[in-house]
Amino acid sequence: MNWLTNFIRPKIRSLVEHQKDVPENLWTKCPACEGMLFQRDLTENLNVCSHCGHHMKIGVTDRLALLFDGGRYETLSVPKVPHDPLKFKDRKKYADRLKEARAKTGREDAIIVGKGTIGGAPVVIAAFDFAFMGGSMGTAVGEGVVTAAESAVKEGAALIVVPASGGARMQEGALSLMQMPRTIVAVEMVKAARLPYIVLLTDPTTGGVSASFAMIGDIHIAEPGCMIGFAGKRVIQETIREELPEGFQTAEYCRDHGMIDIVAHRKQLHETLARILGLLFDKKKTTEKVTPASGASVQNGRSKNGNGKGASSATKARAQKNVRMKARVRKAKMTIKSAANDPASAAPKPRKSSTKR
Amino acid sequence: MNKLDFEKPVLELEAKIAELRKIGNGVDIAGEITRMESKADRLRKQIYSRLTPQQKVLVARHADRPRFCDYVQHMIEDFTPLAGDRNFAEDHALPGGLGRFRGRSCVILGQEKGSDTASRVKHNFGMARPEGYRKAQRLMRMAEHFSLPVVTLVDTAGAYPGVGAEERGQAEAIAKSIETCLQIKTPLVSVVIGEGGSGGAIAIAAADRVFMLEHAIYSVISPEGCASILWRSGAHAEEAAAAQKLTAQDLYALGIIDRIIAEPSGGAHRDKKATIKNVATQIERALDELSRQDGGALLQKRHQKFLNMGRAA
Repeated sequence: MNWLTNFIRPKIRSLVEHQKDVPENLWTKCPACEGMLFQRDLTENLNVCSHCGHHMKIGVTDRLALLFDGGRYETLSVPKVPHDPLKFKDRKKYADRLKEARAKTGREDAIIVGKGTIGGAPVVIAAFDFAFMGGSMGTAVGEGVVTAAESAVKEGAALIVVPASGGARMQEGALSLMQMPRTIVAVEMVKAARLPYIVLLTDPTTGGVSASFAMIGDIHIAEPGCMIGFAGKRVIQETIREELPEGFQTAEYCRDHGMIDIVAHRKQLHETLARILGLLFDKKKTTEKVTPASGASVQNGRSKNGNGKGASSATKARAQKNVRMKARVRKAKMTIKSAANDPASAAPKPRKSSTKR
Repeated sequence: MNKLDFEKPVLELEAKIAELRKIGNGVDIAGEITRMESKADRLRKQIYSRLTPQQKVLVARHADRPRFCDYVQHMIEDFTPLAGDRNFAEDHALPGGLGRFRGRSCVILGQEKGSDTASRVKHNFGMARPEGYRKAQRLMRMAEHFSLPVVTLVDTAGAYPGVGAEERGQAEAIAKSIETCLQIKTPLVSVVIGEGGSGGAIAIAAADRVFMLEHAIYSVISPEGCASILWRSGAHAEEAAAAQKLTAQDLYALGIIDRIIAEPSGGAHRDKKATIKNVATQIERALDELSRQDGGALLQKRHQKFLNMGRAA
């Protein structure tokens, strides 16, 4: 019976569900405006509703492809941590939930770390996978953020974290709570090296994730309409017993209340990031002026928000830019190394900590 | 007196002893009283040595437990409360200020739940808003500026969930407060004296030394909240309390806290002064040790400590 219920049934279910996911659904209904969308158009439009502009969730690998230059990046391996440290069991064992999530997503946990360039600038991205237990942050996710930060410092790259998470992973108890200070320590390393730390907030960013690394970025960018907040709506409603204001805890609401720098359409993320990183990495540009064009991954983009000008489409210009960028990275690395050798520097040496594992 | 169900046998015995005292002054009764008192003692010890996680939750939230203000009153001289985040408001849920602890100047801050209806309302039941966490940041920075150690006392169900709190950036305030804990180069000691509720607790507890009272709890979500999400019913809070490993003993075993501070027999609420004395002794020891270290080294060790949280030993 155990073997049947624990092994065969999930296997069958996952087979069936996968088939359901892929080709059959020709049409998707937008959850915001209820307009019907042809699946192929929707995919082409990066899962953004062409009727109302509602940003639906996007797979984590698609997300990385969308952000990096040419969709190319190298996935970094995240060291394994002891799973299920509490031997947690609610209605279901945490170990089983993990197994199912791993089977469903093909990932070890709710984060992936990729290395590449954006607008030619070196970047490490740690992106959350919401499909893996709601993107909840436990020790493995914490390890992912630490890995990304250490790699960014080592490479002299910018760190971008893309949360899509309901918060801490309850099944790891206080250990998941400890990932809040832990991820902040990781970010401190990047800050001590004076490298850019950008947070790209996506739907949703709440709880222990919003109250830690996600709110201490140099720059906060969010996707339109995504939910950002600390406490859940239901909890707030139960506490105050009154209606919540319209648009409460959306990206726009958070921007209007001073918590977010930029709300950017999904199609403008690449060029927005490229522009910012260009400004931060390439501080004294003297050569050719960059001609405005749409981002590499964007086709037939109606850039409604209109704040995106910048990324170059001329490959020649980009190649030259890359050369300059590499030289700058080398320089940055050297300064970082000398900073690491300085005993007064507050940044923990990345080498040392990685051997400690 | 607030009574807990599992304390009933002891409380009944104590009531009998009180009654006996009232009735007689005879010698034979005195003997009986001492016999019963030692029995009550034994019973109390027995009960408190075997508290279940759910019972610990009740003890940690006991209305008569010593609060932040009690600690300040009994272990801090020249306490000078400092108010306000210099931006928006003063938050009474998270009082703090300058004071002298066993001879040395320090900054002390923490959540205050209040001890009667009026003070509970005033202190918002120990649930701080962004202003509270921004004041905490201000006071910690001031401590660093003047090379003073920081003592934080944690006792909160969590940060306040409200519209205003969200509007003013509760998440950002907590995140920055943790970051400040991880930036200051002076000794930082935290004690969870009652309830260590989630982000609202860790906001002031990313410290060089984190201690917990014997029957305090510390968790990522309340057992009730956990039960309502994972079991889909708040009625499973008892199971959730056990599964979450939220007792001081569990957290010590997991390497999350550095020390368990003993409570008097029958819990902190039975003897506030003895509890506060135990806490003060351990804080003093920690500060003695930490203040001998160079600020940079101290900070690096603090970073390494939290960087290792959850990694295989």
